[in-house]
Amino acid sequence: MTQIAAIEAAGLVKAFGRLRAVDGIDLRVRQGEIFGVLGPNGAGKTTMLRMLATLLPVDAGQARVLGVDVAREPHRVRQLLGITGQYASVDEDLTATENLWMFGRLQGLRSRDARASAKRLLEQFGLADAGGKRLKEFSGGMRRRLDLAVSLITRPPLIFLDEPTTGLDPRTRGQMWDTIRGLAADGCTILLTTQYLDEADQLAGRIAVIDHGRKVAEGTPDELKASVGNSTLQLRLAPGADAELAREIVRRAAGAEPVLSPERGGLNVPLQDAGRAADVLIGFREAGVPIASVSVDRPTLDEVFLALTGHGTGSETEDAELEVAAG
Amino acid sequence: MSTTTVAPPSAGIPPRWADPAAAVAATRPRVSVFETAGQTLVMAWRALKKMRRNPEQFFDVTIQPLLFTAMFAYIFGGAISGNVRGYLPLMIPGIVAQTVLTTCMSTGVQLREDMEKGVFDRFKSLPMARIAPLAGPMVADLVRYLIAAGLTFATGAAIGYRPGGGAFGVLGAMVLSVFTGWALAWIFTWFGTIASNARMVQGLSMMILFPLTFLSNAFVPVSTLPGWLQAFVRVNPVSHLVSATRDLANHAVISSEVGWTVLACLAVIAIFAPLSVWGYKRQL
Ligand SMILES: Nc1ncnc2c1ncn2[C@@H]1O[C@H](COP(=O)(O)OP(=O)(O)O)[C@@H](O)[C@H]1O
Ligand SMILES: [Mg+2]
Repeated sequence: MTQIAAIEAAGLVKAFGRLRAVDGIDLRVRQGEIFGVLGPNGAGKTTMLRMLATLLPVDAGQARVLGVDVAREPHRVRQLLGITGQYASVDEDLTATENLWMFGRLQGLRSRDARASAKRLLEQFGLADAGGKRLKEFSGGMRRRLDLAVSLITRPPLIFLDEPTTGLDPRTRGQMWDTIRGLAADGCTILLTTQYLDEADQLAGRIAVIDHGRKVAEGTPDELKASVGNSTLQLRLAPGADAELAREIVRRAAGAEPVLSPERGGLNVPLQDAGRAADVLIGFREAGVPIASVSVDRPTLDEVFLALTGHGTGSETEDAELEVAAG
Repeated sequence: MSTTTVAPPSAGIPPRWADPAAAVAATRPRVSVFETAGQTLVMAWRALKKMRRNPEQFFDVTIQPLLFTAMFAYIFGGAISGNVRGYLPLMIPGIVAQTVLTTCMSTGVQLREDMEKGVFDRFKSLPMARIAPLAGPMVADLVRYLIAAGLTFATGAAIGYRPGGGAFGVLGAMVLSVFTGWALAWIFTWFGTIASNARMVQGLSMMILFPLTFLSNAFVPVSTLPGWLQAFVRVNPVSHLVSATRDLANHAVISSEVGWTVLACLAVIAIFAPLSVWGYKRQL
């Protein structure tokens, strides 16, 4: 097809002093798809998004949004996209209705239309009862939903979502996912960043994995997961066990190369089929290799990273920080 | 789930994702003057809403006129003019100028505080005029200058000030000082856009305002000052404002001082409004 790309970026660079936060990223997002940008904290996701949204000047490389150059015609680009940041960018001193009215007015809606659109969006996002409340009284989840509603006032062809569910509780997160799917079903193109493999997996048609400002992999969720297996066998050897023998057994029984995990004596084994875990364990018992603990899990972002880059995300504490939406 | 359906087809604004090529074709290359004015007014509306909800923002424009007027009158009145009543025509226009100037200082501080909030990210990402988020609060601040100037004259009247210029003279003096405050606020708005935090804006502003207001003819006759200081006081724009305000309030005369003040204000706007927009854009 000859349709212009929703986003087309080549060699994007952004440096903060000596730190190259985004270090030569190429990106092509097709119209109508949900494209996921997956990476740990500090990978450069937000910086990249802000460059594409004209909020940060591009140091090198170029980017086009629906064919419009980001650096040369920022005003045009701003008319084509809505961005919902990692931190809600709505006015704390105003009510939800006032926020929607104001942002509608600022984008050229007449007062009456802005009011009608505010009412409609509040209903769509389940905030109809909270329209008159000031944002100070909003929960984290409500704030995020309002933030997204604001981005949709002019119903732009392109939506950027920067970590839309980080910090949300599981129920609110599920609602946000449904909303995003609904938007995509309507035909809106969505560029989404996330730290969670399962989120990218659930939502995105294609994923780019970003680390230290560089793209380390790109593909469909299935392709990415295939590179680390569909599940992971996590083993911890008992003290004194023969690590070399253990690796040999894993290679033979699972047909995969084990990855050393950060803990002492830890082995992670990517498995295409979780059933193969039994073969590995039987092999261990027959060879007399003692095991301290064992578990089978879905691959985590950390393992995808380990497989793709040879190092972890360095974000083991991430989930502990997952705060429940603030009251 | 009701929250999942995003856009029923009957909704007022057509979904632009249905035809992205048409959406691109419909984009405008830049904001028009008309749009800029509209956006500035919306931003002024926002600032007024915030003022109403945070009444502590009115402290400086209410306490200072009340307190300073009474305090200065009773402390310096006897020493400078022999009695309080005689001092008032000299002092009240000085206080008006001083309160309006300190009021416009907080314009910069508040802008800086505001710009640190997440909502400014949204303003920057919208296709709106870059001057609107700066000019909007300044339009709203006209209310504050009006309160500051009005209260000072009222307090003066309460302790015995009888302006010789009558109602028109006082009105003229108020219009002039409000306009001056608005014009000078662009300097502080510029500070707001380039400083790294609100305290730095505050510090910078104080450093400029204190010498300007006190090293002027606002509170004492110039002839009582040493020669080198007289030279500075005579070129200080605040002195021109104070003289102009005195001419208007006390004599209902539109003197050359009024002309100089207006001219200086226009120069300040011409320099600092573009600088502010530049400073704001630089933050992107
Ligand atoms: N304004 C800035 N000044 C200096 N460093 C920054 C700035 N913004 C981001 N960084 C740095 O750039 C890197 C990438 O940040 P960011 O894009 O926010 O990552 P992510 O969104 O993937 O968590 C981080 O190391 C961060 O500290
Ligand atoms: Mg981020």
